Amino acid sequence: MSTETNLTGTTFRIAQIMIDVLKLEDVTPETFDPDIDLVDEVGIDSMDLATVALVVQDEYAIRIDEDDYPKLTTIRFISEYVEKKVAA
Amino acid sequence: MKTVSSLLDEHWYQRYKKISKLNIRSSIYDVTNRCNLRCKGCFFFSSGEHEVAREEMDTRKREAFVDKEKDRGVNLAILIGGEPTLCMDRIEAFYARLPTFCATNGLIKVPRNRFPDMMVGISLWGDAEAEKILRGKDTFAVSSKNYEGDLYAYYLYTITPRQIGKTEHIIRKIEGVGVKVHMQLLSNDEGVDGFSWQPEELEDIRSEMDDMLDRYPNTVISSKYYHEIITTGKMMGRTFGWMECPSVTAPLDNREPCPKRLTNFIRWASDLKTMHRCCTSETRDCSTCKDGAAHMSWVMVNKRDHIRSTRDLQNWIEVYEMFAKLYQFIPW
Ligand code: SF4
Ligand code: SF4
Repeated sequence: MSTETNLTGTTFRIAQIMIDVLKLEDVTPETFDPDIDLVDEVGIDSMDLATVALVVQDEYAIRIDEDDYPKLTTIRFISEYVEKKVAA
Repeated sequence: MKTVSSLLDEHWYQRYKKISKLNIRSSIYDVTNRCNLRCKGCFFFSSGEHEVAREEMDTRKREAFVDKEKDRGVNLAILIGGEPTLCMDRIEAFYARLPTFCATNGLIKVPRNRFPDMMVGISLWGDAEAEKILRGKDTFAVSSKNYEGDLYAYYLYTITPRQIGKTEHIIRKIEGVGVKVHMQLLSNDEGVDGFSWQPEELEDIRSEMDDMLDRYPNTVISSKYYHEIITTGKMMGRTFGWMECPSVTAPLDNREPCPKRLTNFIRWASDLKTMHRCCTSETRDCSTCKDGAAHMSWVMVNKRDHIRSTRDLQNWIEVYEMFAKLYQFIPW
């Protein structure tokens, strides 16, 4: 599998987790814009992010530092962050 | 998926952009256990909060404490009491380090050469008659002289059921001295006869507050959605109370499930070690709590729920703007 496919897979899965955990309506992993600003545009806050982080941490066996939350503003940024942690 | 930009036109979107990154992180500090008044219904004294801690007297310890609060991410210190202006040095320990708001009964003037732009919220419980019954004194007579034309002060007008039909008179008096006003409702912690809200009274005061906002838009800092929330206790079909309250001290918050809440919020007692349960009375019944800031925060922390329709999101923006103005994150 190429890096790009891996990244797409992660992006897709993060979108799916986000939709399920936060019960987001009118969106599917296929239609979730990976570059949309989650905080400014979707209204996701640090509590939401913490809830999502718990699931992501379990699934990918990584640790997401709370200090890193401000960087995790899009689905793409989250998947890149996860990919890096998994590879480390 | 509903997004902010899909719901707002350019005017509202620009308003949203001005507040969306403010990231306000407040905590509340009891500056002293003393006061120069003893109001009936004051939550601080009625719940014995003035006796739970010994005041921290050491200035250096206080300064170090404020520095630690900054490290904890606090960017708004809300000083309450007792009466903070009895201890100007303690106020200064906060003001020199953090954006600071000071609640006061207005009897002592905050010296503006020392605190030029500190926002001051002056409590007012009604007309001269109501003030004399509840506070033993017509405080407006003094506070209006102390703060006339002060751009960094506003009246925090606590409306009681007896004020229905009389608020305009007060708002005009406040406008007359060139100060802004924000309205909230009495919670009647001491059960003073005739001062507990009945459902029909809440309906009446809601429309009166709306009317005041329409008629005095340059003086009244408020929003109709806030009036709705505080009088009905309902938001998005949910009911305000313990399981919804955002203003519970974080380290003492063991609610399950934990609702949306203020990040890292703590209300510190005057020893700067003891924590109070929440932003107001330790003993207050949450089901009748009318705390204005808690209701505003309830809206503010539930942003995602308001990204549902244009009107809902505009309501959220108006409440956030109101809070941001009252604590000086954006200009009047
Ligand atoms: S002025 Fe404020 S702190 Fe003092 S007794 Fe009245 S309500 Fe309480
Ligand atoms: S008394 Fe009011 S502010 Fe305090 S926890 Fe209850 S609802 Fe919240």
